[in-house]
Amino acid sequence: MEIAPSSSPHPDPLPASAGRGAFWRPLSVIHHSFLACLAGLAVPICLAAAAAGAAELRIGLSADVTTFDPHFVAAQPNLTAQQHVFDSLVRTDERSRPVPGIATWANPDPLTWEFTLRKGVKFHDGSELTAEDVVFSLERPLGITGSPGGYAAYVRPIVAKEIVDRYTVRLKTATPYGALLQDLAEVMMVSKKAAARAGAQDFDSGKAAIGTGPYRLVRFARGDRIELARHGEYWGGRTPWTKVTLHVLPSDPVRTAALLSGQIDAIEHVPSADLAKLRRSPDLRLEQTVSWRTIFLHLDQYREPPPGVAAKDGKPLDRNPFKDARVRRALSKAINRSAIAGRVMEGLALPAGNILSPSVFGHDPAVKPEPYDPEGAKKLLAEAGYPDGFRVTLATPNNRYINDEQVAQAVAQMFARIGVATRVEAMPLSVYFGKARNREFGVALLGWGSRAADLALRSLLVTANPEKGYGAWNWAGYANPKLDELVVQSLGTVDPARREALARSASALAAREVAFIPLHYQVVTWAMRKGLTYSARTDEFTFAHFFKPQ
Amino acid sequence: MLGFFLRRLLQSVTVLFAMSALVFAGVYAIGNPVDILINPQADQAEIARATAALGLDQPPWRQYWTFLSGAFAGELGKSFVSNVPAVHLILERMPATVELALTATLIAIGLGIPLGLLAGLKPESWFGRAIMAGSILGFSLPTFWVGLMLIMVFSVELGWLPATGRGATVDVLGVEVSVLTWDGIRHILMPATNLALFKLSLLIRLTRAGTREALAQDYVRFARAKGLSMRRVVRVHVLKNILIPIVTVIGLEFGSVIAFAIVTETIFAWPGMGKLLIDSINVLDRPVIVAYLLIIVALFVLINFLVDLAYTALDPRVRLAGRTS
Repeated sequence: MEIAPSSSPHPDPLPASAGRGAFWRPLSVIHHSFLACLAGLAVPICLAAAAAGAAELRIGLSADVTTFDPHFVAAQPNLTAQQHVFDSLVRTDERSRPVPGIATWANPDPLTWEFTLRKGVKFHDGSELTAEDVVFSLERPLGITGSPGGYAAYVRPIVAKEIVDRYTVRLKTATPYGALLQDLAEVMMVSKKAAARAGAQDFDSGKAAIGTGPYRLVRFARGDRIELARHGEYWGGRTPWTKVTLHVLPSDPVRTAALLSGQIDAIEHVPSADLAKLRRSPDLRLEQTVSWRTIFLHLDQYREPPPGVAAKDGKPLDRNPFKDARVRRALSKAINRSAIAGRVMEGLALPAGNILSPSVFGHDPAVKPEPYDPEGAKKLLAEAGYPDGFRVTLATPNNRYINDEQVAQAVAQMFARIGVATRVEAMPLSVYFGKARNREFGVALLGWGSRAADLALRSLLVTANPEKGYGAWNWAGYANPKLDELVVQSLGTVDPARREALARSASALAAREVAFIPLHYQVVTWAMRKGLTYSARTDEFTFAHFFKPQ
Repeated sequence: MLGFFLRRLLQSVTVLFAMSALVFAGVYAIGNPVDILINPQADQAEIARATAALGLDQPPWRQYWTFLSGAFAGELGKSFVSNVPAVHLILERMPATVELALTATLIAIGLGIPLGLLAGLKPESWFGRAIMAGSILGFSLPTFWVGLMLIMVFSVELGWLPATGRGATVDVLGVEVSVLTWDGIRHILMPATNLALFKLSLLIRLTRAGTREALAQDYVRFARAKGLSMRRVVRVHVLKNILIPIVTVIGLEFGSVIAFAIVTETIFAWPGMGKLLIDSINVLDRPVIVAYLLIIVALFVLINFLVDLAYTALDPRVRLAGRTS
């Protein structure tokens, strides 16, 4: 398994004076003093500059933060900003695995989760975090109405919450539920006193945005910036930054320019087009890791015939070709994944074989990406009764994933080479997801990131069952009782080691059956000025407290 | 005057009404924000609950009716993604956009009219030609490209001006204003120039054409023959006579500068209303989209009204309809 080096600095291939590296050199004060430091000219000034530089961190975020109410819309940009201010009961490390933070946990029995709070965890107003606040924070998402994407899904499995003492909370689930920790990692803890009667505007103004996180909210200027200041009594120790500003810079070239000009210190989601330029800059460095997001194709496997699928001459097919595993495998073999990763994605991807990327819980390392084999693919198609291929329409969003439309175009050309004439239908995500949920696509490109493979499979490939809440995103209509059983068993296992073994076999089964066609795992990149390091996170989150001065 | 005002008001209400119906239908046709924003881990029941809580499971006519009855009560709805009233969201961003538009307009007027006059008085001189050549560039270069070039030259290369965002603000009568601080001026300079470029070129051409036409008129020759200095002729006779079309254009353009500052706001990450609209369209935040467009239409109506008033001040021959002359 080839894995991109995590958190590795990229050596500068060009001398400082060469070519466009020099052309792009920003002329800000920081860099002057930095160069002076290199030359060893003025040591006291260097130290002063370093101390001043260490005090403040300015980060460019790639998407707008819509609200500071941590229980309103569970979108990643919101979580990114809010998790500076609020802690969750369960933390996740760089590899997205649950680790103890403000609490430790134990299972007296498979239906019970007992959380013991760390003593002396202080809110920004000086009061201590207690079991009362925890229970309040776990109940609050259920009472929030009018949200298009709230947090209720994360806390609904909990059927009873009991305060044992000031520092102990006991949670009960109706059936054993192993993914509770992953779910709780998303739910942030608010102060009961501050949030009990607070509205959205109280959170935005900072009045109710009282958390236990490493920073307290100074100012939330929607659409512009978020100003944060160090929480002096943070339980996790001092972070190096007394002041943090998160600038909202959704436009790619602008984010890059702001970094190059020295206006900000670091940016997230480096666009693939700017990667080479930033790598050459002598004043900057990059951190990369494999993201949790897998890009794959959903194939309609239940309708006769699926939308957009027809014989070469345009006549309808007599049966759904995707119901035949040989056809699905042929399509998978037709894809040259390393070409997509290397050229279309400009290195920002790894060929995929699993439903989730290598560092995620439940990834089966034994499952390799399907090798590129157009001849074998043609043979399989002929065996399945389609020697001349057929015609499909591949739908894709064009502003959601890295180079999504170009990836779909490349796949279409590769399909055409084995005789499957493919037309790409690209549209903005605001249109795409509505159509996809109406099941208007026969072949659809989708990206998915999750903290565990069994959670992803439950949404994507388990037979749709609205009563049990399975398969809400199973647009493929895929149904495999064996997979259903494995996923349900895995989610119902509380012991992490046994659960991961089950989740792995579920991942392996879905891959073996070609229930979906994996394309690649995305690689996520941060760029920052020299002198900073970032512990690159597989879940793509950008946190100021993960930046350190070198 | 009153009759004129009432007629205008009636027209505006009709326009607002038609607009809201169009936008409502348009956004409804695109899709459902729940599909975009729903938590990926949500199950079918959760999705249905979220859709129902936003009233999106209702037939479109009922959703529109709910909106209308709210609108008559002065309530344009809450933003789906921010959970605050849409109008509050827009008003929160309005000072930034108005400030940008005003600064751009001032730059355009401050440079455009003198340069246009110069070019009109000395059309054959080298600077007259240079000004006209420059105005062609201002017309034809796309805003987003010029914006990126400005950032590359003045921020990345020279490091003189900050690349993005709005500078420090001060509170003036409850409104956040950034042009009163040095940091704010440094931040607004590039976006305002970028936004002003098109209007600047327009004003140069308009002033030049007007000046040349006026110079050929008898009253100018007579004034010269009477022995008035060229200075006085230009200031009192030429400028005042060419000002009417210029005021019309400045007024109309001010509305479009506010409404179409979107590109500049996006490039310079300027936290104004235009950027809010783009963000809202991306997530189908219907209350904000509808409220934004309604406010913009109201703004256009108001500006046109003010332009009409300005005419009467400039030209005593013009009378607002409704007051018989």
